[in-house]
Amino acid sequence: MNALTYESPGSVDEAVRLLAAAGSDAKILAGGTDLLVQLRMGMIKPALIVDVKNIPETTVIKEESGGYRVGSAVSGAELGEHDGMNNAWPGVVEALELIGSTQIQGRASMGGNLCNASPAADAVPAMIAADTVCTIAGPDGRREARVEDIVTCPGQTSLTAGEMVVDFYFPPRPARSGDAYLRFIPRTEMDIAVVGAGISLTLDEAGVCSAARVALGAVAATPLVVEDGAAALIGSTLDDAALEKLDAAARAACRPIDDKRGTIEYRTKVAGVLARRAAKIAQQRAEG
Amino acid sequence: MAKIHVSTTVNGEPTEFLCEPQQTLLDVLRDELRLTGSKEGCATGDCGACSVTLDGRLICSCLALGAEAEGHEIETIEGMADGDSFHPLQQKFLEHAALQCGICTPGFLVAAKSLLERNSNPSETEVRYWLAGNLCRCTGYDKIIRAVLECAADMRGA
Repeated sequence: MNALTYESPGSVDEAVRLLAAAGSDAKILAGGTDLLVQLRMGMIKPALIVDVKNIPETTVIKEESGGYRVGSAVSGAELGEHDGMNNAWPGVVEALELIGSTQIQGRASMGGNLCNASPAADAVPAMIAADTVCTIAGPDGRREARVEDIVTCPGQTSLTAGEMVVDFYFPPRPARSGDAYLRFIPRTEMDIAVVGAGISLTLDEAGVCSAARVALGAVAATPLVVEDGAAALIGSTLDDAALEKLDAAARAACRPIDDKRGTIEYRTKVAGVLARRAAKIAQQRAEG
Repeated sequence: MAKIHVSTTVNGEPTEFLCEPQQTLLDVLRDELRLTGSKEGCATGDCGACSVTLDGRLICSCLALGAEAEGHEIETIEGMADGDSFHPLQQKFLEHAALQCGICTPGFLVAAKSLLERNSNPSETEVRYWLAGNLCRCTGYDKIIRAVLECAADMRGA
Protein backbone atom coordinates (compact mmCIF):
# COMPACT_ATOMS: atom_id res chain seq x y z
CA MET A 1 0.00 0.00 0.00
CA ASN A 2 1.51 3.26 -1.15
CA ALA A 3 1.04 6.24 1.11
CA LEU A 4 -0.80 8.99 -0.70
CA THR A 5 0.93 12.32 -1.26
CA TYR A 6 -0.84 15.59 -2.16
CA GLU A 7 0.91 18.28 -4.15
CA SER A 8 -0.41 21.62 -5.30
CA PRO A 9 2.11 23.06 -7.75
CA GLY A 10 1.96 26.68 -8.85
CA SER A 11 3.04 26.13 -12.45
CA VAL A 12 2.46 23.73 -15.32
CA ASP A 13 6.17 22.90 -15.48
CA GLU A 14 6.22 21.89 -11.84
CA ALA A 15 3.02 19.84 -12.26
CA VAL A 16 4.50 18.01 -15.24
CA ARG A 17 7.71 17.26 -13.32
CA LEU A 18 5.66 15.75 -10.47
CA LEU A 19 3.44 13.77 -12.86
CA ALA A 20 6.36 12.46 -14.91
CA ALA A 21 8.27 11.34 -11.82
CA ALA A 22 5.28 9.42 -10.45
CA GLY A 23 4.17 7.94 -13.79
CA SER A 24 0.98 5.90 -13.66
CA ASP A 25 0.83 6.25 -9.85
CA ALA A 26 -0.18 9.91 -10.24
CA LYS A 27 -3.67 11.36 -10.67
CA ILE A 28 -4.58 14.92 -11.57
CA LEU A 29 -7.08 16.68 -9.32
CA ALA A 30 -9.11 19.42 -11.02
CA GLY A 31 -12.69 19.71 -9.71
CA GLY A 32 -12.45 16.31 -8.05
CA THR A 33 -16.09 15.41 -8.71
CA ASP A 34 -15.07 12.15 -10.38
CA LEU A 35 -11.62 11.62 -8.83
CA LEU A 36 -12.65 11.82 -5.19
CA VAL A 37 -15.53 9.39 -5.74
CA GLN A 38 -13.17 6.93 -7.44
CA LEU A 39 -10.62 7.36 -4.66
CA ARG A 40 -13.18 6.77 -1.96
CA MET A 41 -14.66 3.71 -3.66
CA GLY A 42 -11.20 2.19 -4.03
CA MET A 43 -11.41 2.19 -7.83
CA ILE A 44 -8.05 3.95 -7.95
CA LYS A 45 -5.09 3.83 -5.57
CA PRO A 46 -2.75 6.65 -6.62
CA ALA A 47 0.48 7.40 -4.78
CA LEU A 48 0.31 11.05 -5.79
CA ILE A 49 -2.49 13.54 -6.32
CA VAL A 50 -1.50 16.68 -8.21
CA ASP A 51 -4.01 19.48 -7.60
CA VAL A 52 -3.87 21.76 -10.65
CA LYS A 53 -6.11 24.52 -9.30
CA ASN A 54 -3.26 26.69 -8.05
CA ILE A 55 -1.86 27.06 -11.57
CA PRO A 56 -2.88 30.36 -13.22
CA GLU A 57 -3.04 28.87 -16.74
CA THR A 58 -5.52 26.14 -15.81
CA THR A 59 -7.88 28.36 -13.83
CA VAL A 60 -8.56 31.43 -15.97
CA ILE A 61 -10.59 32.34 -19.06
CA LYS A 62 -8.87 34.88 -21.30
CA GLU A 63 -9.48 36.47 -24.67
CA GLU A 64 -6.90 35.55 -27.26
CA SER A 65 -6.83 36.47 -30.96
CA GLY A 66 -10.57 37.08 -30.96
CA GLY A 67 -11.32 33.71 -29.35
CA TYR A 68 -11.20 32.42 -25.81
CA ARG A 69 -8.69 30.28 -23.98
CA VAL A 70 -10.34 28.42 -21.11
CA GLY A 71 -8.23 26.78 -18.39
CA SER A 72 -8.79 23.06 -18.02
CA ALA A 73 -9.80 23.40 -14.35
CA VAL A 74 -12.24 26.31 -14.79
CA SER A 75 -15.52 25.27 -13.15
CA GLY A 76 -18.90 25.06 -14.84
CA ALA A 77 -20.15 27.87 -12.61
CA GLU A 78 -17.32 30.16 -13.69
CA LEU A 79 -17.78 29.35 -17.38
CA GLY A 80 -21.53 29.93 -17.03
CA GLU A 81 -20.88 33.43 -15.66
CA HIS A 82 -18.57 34.38 -18.55
CA ASP A 83 -20.40 36.67 -20.99
CA GLY A 84 -17.94 36.19 -23.84
CA MET A 85 -18.15 32.39 -23.83
CA ASN A 86 -21.95 32.52 -23.44
CA ASN A 87 -22.21 34.74 -26.50
CA ALA A 88 -19.72 32.89 -28.68
CA TRP A 89 -20.23 29.26 -27.63
CA PRO A 90 -23.57 28.86 -25.84
CA GLY A 91 -23.67 25.16 -26.75
CA VAL A 92 -20.38 24.47 -24.99
CA VAL A 93 -21.48 26.42 -21.92
CA GLU A 94 -24.87 24.69 -21.72
CA ALA A 95 -23.20 21.28 -22.07
CA LEU A 96 -20.81 21.84 -19.17
CA GLU A 97 -23.61 23.36 -17.09
CA LEU A 98 -25.77 20.25 -17.55
CA ILE A 99 -23.34 18.22 -15.44
CA GLY A 100 -24.61 17.55 -11.93
CA SER A 101 -26.03 19.87 -9.31
CA THR A 102 -25.20 23.45 -8.31
CA GLN A 103 -22.63 21.98 -5.92
CA ILE A 104 -21.02 19.92 -8.70
CA GLN A 105 -21.04 22.98 -10.97
CA GLY A 106 -18.95 24.79 -8.37
CA ARG A 107 -16.12 22.37 -9.09
CA ALA A 108 -16.59 20.28 -12.26
CA SER A 109 -14.34 21.31 -15.15
CA MET A 110 -14.00 20.69 -18.89
CA GLY A 111 -10.54 19.22 -18.38
CA GLY A 112 -11.86 16.75 -15.85
CA ASN A 113 -14.91 15.89 -17.93
CA LEU A 114 -12.67 15.17 -20.92
CA CYS A 115 -9.94 13.22 -19.11
CA ASN A 116 -12.37 11.15 -17.04
CA ALA A 117 -13.13 9.79 -20.51
CA SER A 118 -16.72 8.71 -19.97
CA PRO A 119 -18.58 7.98 -23.21
CA ALA A 120 -21.48 9.96 -21.72
CA ALA A 121 -19.49 13.08 -20.76
CA ASP A 122 -21.75 16.05 -21.55
CA ALA A 123 -19.11 18.68 -22.29
CA VAL A 124 -17.18 16.53 -24.76
CA PRO A 125 -19.59 16.30 -27.73
CA ALA A 126 -20.14 20.07 -27.51
CA MET A 127 -16.38 20.68 -27.49
CA ILE A 128 -15.93 18.30 -30.42
CA ALA A 129 -18.68 20.09 -32.35
CA ALA A 130 -16.86 23.35 -31.60
CA ASP A 131 -13.67 21.79 -33.04
CA THR A 132 -11.91 22.68 -29.80
CA VAL A 133 -8.15 22.30 -29.58
CA CYS A 134 -6.52 21.58 -26.25
CA THR A 135 -2.99 22.36 -25.13
CA ILE A 136 -1.24 19.38 -23.59
CA ALA A 137 1.91 19.81 -21.53
CA GLY A 138 4.27 16.92 -20.88
CA PRO A 139 7.88 16.00 -20.18
CA ASP A 140 8.75 16.67 -23.84
CA GLY A 141 7.14 20.10 -23.92
CA ARG A 142 3.79 21.23 -25.22
CA ARG A 143 1.60 19.98 -28.03
CA GLU A 144 -1.85 20.72 -29.32
CA ALA A 145 -4.52 18.11 -29.93
CA ARG A 146 -8.12 18.17 -31.08
CA VAL A 147 -10.57 17.19 -28.36
CA GLU A 148 -11.99 14.44 -30.58
CA ASP A 149 -8.59 12.67 -30.44
CA ILE A 150 -8.34 12.51 -26.64
CA VAL A 151 -10.81 9.83 -25.49
CA THR A 152 -9.76 6.40 -26.77
CA CYS A 153 -12.14 4.11 -24.84
CA PRO A 154 -14.12 4.32 -21.59
CA GLY A 155 -11.79 5.70 -18.90
CA GLN A 156 -8.78 5.94 -21.24
CA THR A 157 -7.21 8.89 -23.03
CA SER A 158 -4.45 9.37 -25.57
CA LEU A 159 -2.42 11.35 -23.03
CA THR A 160 0.86 9.66 -22.10
CA ALA A 161 2.46 9.45 -18.66
CA GLY A 162 3.35 12.86 -17.30
CA GLU A 163 1.03 14.74 -19.65
CA MET A 164 -1.79 17.05 -18.63
CA VAL A 165 -4.39 19.17 -20.39
CA VAL A 166 -3.61 22.83 -19.71
CA ASP A 167 -6.40 24.66 -21.54
CA PHE A 168 -8.89 24.69 -24.41
CA TYR A 169 -8.92 27.18 -27.26
CA PHE A 170 -12.22 28.31 -28.74
CA PRO A 171 -11.49 30.20 -31.95
CA PRO A 172 -13.23 33.41 -33.06
CA ARG A 173 -16.70 32.82 -34.48
CA PRO A 174 -17.51 33.75 -38.08
CA ALA A 175 -20.69 35.83 -38.47
CA ARG A 176 -23.95 33.84 -38.40
CA SER A 177 -22.56 30.96 -36.35
CA GLY A 178 -24.29 29.04 -33.58
CA ASP A 179 -23.91 25.90 -31.52
CA ALA A 180 -26.12 23.83 -29.26
CA TYR A 181 -25.97 20.75 -27.06
CA LEU A 182 -28.93 18.59 -26.06
CA ARG A 183 -28.96 15.50 -23.97
CA PHE A 184 -31.69 13.08 -23.05
CA ILE A 185 -32.08 11.81 -19.48
CA PRO A 186 -35.18 10.28 -17.86
CA ARG A 187 -35.44 13.19 -15.40
CA THR A 188 -34.85 16.91 -15.73
CA GLU A 189 -31.62 17.15 -13.71
CA MET A 190 -28.88 15.17 -12.07
CA ASP A 191 -28.50 12.18 -14.35
CA ILE A 192 -26.10 10.67 -16.88
CA ALA A 193 -26.78 11.14 -20.58
CA VAL A 194 -28.70 8.41 -22.40
CA VAL A 195 -27.78 10.31 -25.56
CA GLY A 196 -26.06 13.66 -26.08
CA ALA A 197 -25.86 15.64 -29.33
CA GLY A 198 -23.65 18.66 -30.04
CA ILE A 199 -23.91 20.72 -33.23
CA SER A 200 -22.00 23.76 -34.40
CA LEU A 201 -22.75 25.48 -37.70
CA THR A 202 -22.26 28.63 -39.75
CA LEU A 203 -24.78 30.11 -42.21
CA ASP A 204 -24.06 32.28 -45.25
CA GLU A 205 -25.92 35.52 -45.97
CA ALA A 206 -28.71 33.58 -47.66
CA GLY A 207 -29.14 31.32 -44.65
CA VAL A 208 -27.47 28.33 -46.30
CA CYS A 209 -25.28 26.25 -44.01
CA SER A 210 -21.66 26.71 -45.06
CA ALA A 211 -19.92 24.78 -42.26
CA ALA A 212 -21.10 22.28 -39.67
CA ARG A 213 -19.84 19.80 -37.14
CA VAL A 214 -21.93 17.10 -35.49
CA ALA A 215 -20.93 15.05 -32.44
CA LEU A 216 -22.77 12.46 -30.37
CA GLY A 217 -22.24 11.19 -26.82
CA ALA A 218 -23.31 8.05 -24.94
CA VAL A 219 -23.98 6.06 -28.12
CA ALA A 220 -20.56 4.40 -28.49
CA ALA A 221 -17.45 3.62 -26.45
CA THR A 222 -16.20 7.15 -27.12
CA PRO A 223 -17.87 10.40 -28.14
CA LEU A 224 -18.40 10.31 -31.92
CA VAL A 225 -17.80 12.77 -34.75
CA VAL A 226 -20.58 12.32 -37.34
CA GLU A 227 -19.13 13.59 -40.60
CA ASP A 228 -22.08 12.38 -42.67
CA GLY A 229 -24.33 14.41 -40.39
CA ALA A 230 -22.32 17.55 -41.01
CA ALA A 231 -22.36 16.83 -44.76
CA ALA A 232 -26.15 16.54 -44.62
CA LEU A 233 -26.42 20.07 -43.23
CA ILE A 234 -23.80 21.82 -45.38
CA GLY A 235 -25.37 23.37 -48.47
CA SER A 236 -28.88 23.22 -47.02
CA THR A 237 -31.14 25.65 -45.20
CA LEU A 238 -31.81 22.89 -42.65
CA ASP A 239 -35.00 22.01 -44.49
CA ASP A 240 -36.86 18.79 -43.71
CA ALA A 241 -34.89 16.76 -46.24
CA ALA A 242 -31.55 17.86 -44.76
CA LEU A 243 -32.73 17.18 -41.23
CA GLU A 244 -33.92 13.71 -42.28
CA LYS A 245 -30.45 13.02 -43.70
CA LEU A 246 -28.88 14.29 -40.47
CA ASP A 247 -31.22 12.06 -38.46
CA ALA A 248 -30.26 9.03 -40.59
CA ALA A 249 -26.53 9.82 -40.36
CA ALA A 250 -26.72 10.15 -36.58
CA ARG A 251 -28.57 6.84 -36.28
CA ALA A 252 -26.09 5.14 -38.60
CA ALA A 253 -23.15 6.33 -36.49
CA CYS A 254 -24.51 4.87 -33.24
CA ARG A 255 -22.90 1.79 -31.72
CA PRO A 256 -24.54 1.97 -28.29
CA ILE A 257 -24.81 -0.45 -25.41
CA ASP A 258 -28.01 -1.77 -23.85
CA ASP A 259 -28.27 -0.77 -20.22
CA LYS A 260 -30.73 0.35 -17.59
CA ARG A 261 -30.84 3.86 -19.01
CA GLY A 262 -31.66 2.89 -22.58
CA THR A 263 -31.77 0.07 -25.08
CA ILE A 264 -29.75 0.05 -28.29
CA GLU A 265 -32.89 0.76 -30.35
CA TYR A 266 -33.96 3.58 -28.07
CA ARG A 267 -30.57 5.30 -27.94
CA THR A 268 -30.25 5.04 -31.72
CA LYS A 269 -33.64 6.63 -32.35
CA VAL A 270 -33.10 9.37 -29.77
CA ALA A 271 -29.69 10.22 -31.27
CA GLY A 272 -31.38 11.15 -34.54
CA VAL A 273 -34.07 13.18 -32.80
CA LEU A 274 -31.61 15.11 -30.62
CA ALA A 275 -29.32 15.83 -33.57
CA ARG A 276 -32.27 17.36 -35.48
CA ARG A 277 -33.37 19.47 -32.52
CA ALA A 278 -29.84 20.63 -31.67
CA ALA A 279 -29.32 21.61 -35.32
CA LYS A 280 -32.46 23.78 -35.25
CA ILE A 281 -31.37 25.48 -32.01
CA ALA A 282 -27.89 26.10 -33.45
CA GLN A 283 -29.54 27.55 -36.58
CA GLN A 284 -31.72 29.91 -34.51
CA ARG A 285 -28.66 31.07 -32.57
CA ALA A 286 -26.75 31.59 -35.81
CA GLU A 287 -29.61 33.71 -37.16
CA GLY A 288 -29.27 35.74 -33.94
CA MET B 1 3.54 9.90 6.61
CA ALA B 2 3.69 13.56 7.50
CA LYS B 3 0.40 15.32 7.84
CA ILE B 4 -0.34 18.37 5.75
CA HIS B 5 -0.50 21.72 7.53
CA VAL B 6 -3.32 23.86 6.17
CA SER B 7 -4.02 27.54 6.89
CA THR B 8 -7.50 28.60 5.92
CA THR B 9 -10.46 30.71 7.01
CA VAL B 10 -13.58 29.04 8.37
CA ASN B 11 -16.66 31.19 9.00
CA GLY B 12 -14.48 34.27 9.04
CA GLU B 13 -11.98 32.91 11.58
CA PRO B 14 -8.38 32.21 10.57
CA THR B 15 -8.04 28.47 11.14
CA GLU B 16 -5.19 25.99 10.94
CA PHE B 17 -5.35 22.23 10.93
CA LEU B 18 -3.36 19.12 10.14
CA CYS B 19 -4.84 16.54 7.78
CA GLU B 20 -4.00 13.37 5.91
CA PRO B 21 -3.81 13.73 2.11
CA GLN B 22 -6.91 11.62 1.54
CA GLN B 23 -9.04 13.34 4.18
CA THR B 24 -11.91 15.23 2.61
CA LEU B 25 -12.83 18.75 3.61
CA LEU B 26 -15.93 17.22 5.21
CA ASP B 27 -13.76 14.84 7.26
CA VAL B 28 -11.64 17.75 8.40
CA LEU B 29 -14.61 19.96 9.30
CA ARG B 30 -16.26 17.21 11.32
CA ASP B 31 -13.35 15.25 12.79
CA GLU B 32 -10.58 17.82 13.17
CA LEU B 33 -12.44 21.11 13.63
CA ARG B 34 -15.49 19.55 15.34
CA LEU B 35 -17.88 21.45 13.11
CA THR B 36 -20.39 18.61 12.86
CA GLY B 37 -23.24 20.59 11.28
CA SER B 38 -22.19 19.49 7.80
CA LYS B 39 -23.38 15.91 7.35
CA GLU B 40 -22.14 12.97 5.35
CA GLY B 41 -25.02 11.43 3.42
CA CYS B 42 -23.72 9.75 0.28
CA ALA B 43 -20.04 10.79 0.15
CA THR B 44 -20.34 10.87 -3.65
CA GLY B 45 -21.67 14.39 -4.27
CA ASP B 46 -25.26 13.34 -4.87
CA CYS B 47 -27.10 14.35 -1.68
CA GLY B 48 -25.77 17.80 -0.76
CA ALA B 49 -25.89 17.20 3.02
CA CYS B 50 -22.23 18.31 3.23
CA SER B 51 -22.78 21.59 1.32
CA VAL B 52 -20.42 24.44 2.22
CA THR B 53 -19.11 27.40 0.29
CA LEU B 54 -15.49 27.77 -0.78
CA ASP B 55 -14.63 31.37 -1.67
CA GLY B 56 -18.38 31.97 -1.96
CA ARG B 57 -18.96 29.07 -4.35
CA LEU B 58 -21.34 26.29 -3.28
CA ILE B 59 -19.62 22.89 -3.24
CA CYS B 60 -19.95 19.44 -1.67
CA SER B 61 -17.30 19.25 1.05
CA CYS B 62 -17.17 15.46 0.53
CA LEU B 63 -15.76 16.12 -2.96
CA ALA B 64 -12.91 18.39 -1.88
CA LEU B 65 -9.78 17.41 0.01
CA GLY B 66 -9.01 19.14 3.28
CA ALA B 67 -5.67 20.15 1.79
CA GLU B 68 -7.50 22.10 -0.92
CA ALA B 69 -8.73 24.58 1.71
CA GLU B 70 -5.26 26.14 1.95
CA GLY B 71 -5.56 29.90 1.50
CA HIS B 72 -9.30 29.80 0.83
CA GLU B 73 -12.42 30.89 2.72
CA ILE B 74 -14.87 28.23 3.87
CA GLU B 75 -18.37 28.98 5.13
CA THR B 76 -20.37 26.27 6.89
CA ILE B 77 -23.78 26.04 8.56
CA GLU B 78 -22.12 26.99 11.85
CA GLY B 79 -21.48 30.45 10.42
CA MET B 80 -25.07 31.06 9.39
CA ALA B 81 -26.75 32.28 12.59
CA ASP B 82 -25.66 35.62 14.03
CA GLY B 83 -24.92 34.62 17.62
CA ASP B 84 -28.23 33.55 19.11
CA SER B 85 -30.22 35.03 16.23
CA PHE B 86 -31.22 32.70 13.42
CA HIS B 87 -30.59 33.63 9.84
CA PRO B 88 -33.97 34.45 8.22
CA LEU B 89 -33.78 31.17 6.28
CA GLN B 90 -33.34 29.18 9.48
CA GLN B 91 -36.31 30.96 11.04
CA LYS B 92 -38.43 30.35 7.96
CA PHE B 93 -37.53 26.65 7.86
CA LEU B 94 -38.82 26.36 11.44
CA GLU B 95 -42.03 28.26 10.69
CA HIS B 96 -42.76 26.14 7.62
CA ALA B 97 -41.73 22.87 9.28
CA ALA B 98 -39.36 22.50 6.33
CA LEU B 99 -37.49 19.73 8.10
CA GLN B 100 -38.26 16.49 9.83
CA CYS B 101 -35.25 14.33 10.64
CA GLY B 102 -32.89 17.26 9.99
CA ILE B 103 -29.96 15.48 8.37
CA CYS B 104 -30.36 17.31 5.07
CA THR B 105 -31.22 20.66 6.68
CA PRO B 106 -27.74 22.19 7.08
CA GLY B 107 -27.02 21.48 3.43
CA PHE B 108 -30.34 22.93 2.28
CA LEU B 109 -29.78 26.07 4.36
CA VAL B 110 -26.23 26.63 3.09
CA ALA B 111 -27.37 26.04 -0.50
CA ALA B 112 -30.44 28.27 -0.18
CA LYS B 113 -28.37 31.08 1.35
CA SER B 114 -25.97 30.82 -1.57
CA LEU B 115 -28.93 31.13 -3.99
CA LEU B 116 -30.44 34.19 -2.29
CA GLU B 117 -27.05 35.92 -2.25
CA ARG B 118 -27.00 35.64 -6.04
CA ASN B 119 -30.69 36.01 -6.81
CA SER B 120 -32.92 37.86 -4.36
CA ASN B 121 -36.07 37.07 -6.36
CA PRO B 122 -35.85 33.49 -7.65
CA SER B 123 -38.80 31.78 -9.29
CA GLU B 124 -40.02 28.47 -7.91
CA THR B 125 -38.36 26.73 -10.85
CA GLU B 126 -35.06 28.46 -10.12
CA VAL B 127 -35.24 27.42 -6.47
CA ARG B 128 -36.03 23.81 -7.40
CA TYR B 129 -33.16 23.60 -9.90
CA TRP B 130 -30.67 25.31 -7.58
CA LEU B 131 -31.57 22.84 -4.81
CA ALA B 132 -31.68 19.78 -7.09
CA GLY B 133 -28.40 18.62 -5.57
CA ASN B 134 -29.87 18.54 -2.04
CA LEU B 135 -31.86 15.42 -1.28
CA CYS B 136 -34.51 15.13 1.43
CA ARG B 137 -36.26 11.87 2.21
CA CYS B 138 -38.78 13.36 4.68
CA THR B 139 -40.47 16.52 3.54
CA GLY B 140 -41.32 15.96 -0.10
CA TYR B 141 -39.52 19.27 -0.76
CA ASP B 142 -42.62 21.43 -0.95
CA LYS B 143 -42.22 22.98 2.49
CA ILE B 144 -38.54 23.64 1.80
CA ILE B 145 -39.27 25.38 -1.50
CA ARG B 146 -42.04 27.48 0.12
CA ALA B 147 -39.78 28.45 3.01
CA VAL B 148 -37.07 29.64 0.62
CA LEU B 149 -39.51 31.58 -1.57
CA GLU B 150 -41.17 33.25 1.41
CA CYS B 151 -37.82 34.06 2.97
CA ALA B 152 -36.68 35.66 -0.28
CA ALA B 153 -39.86 37.76 -0.35
CA ASP B 154 -39.40 38.84 3.29
CA MET B 155 -35.74 39.72 2.74
CA ARG B 156 -36.63 41.81 -0.31
CA GLY B 157 -39.23 43.66 1.72
CA ALA B 158 -36.93 44.25 4.68
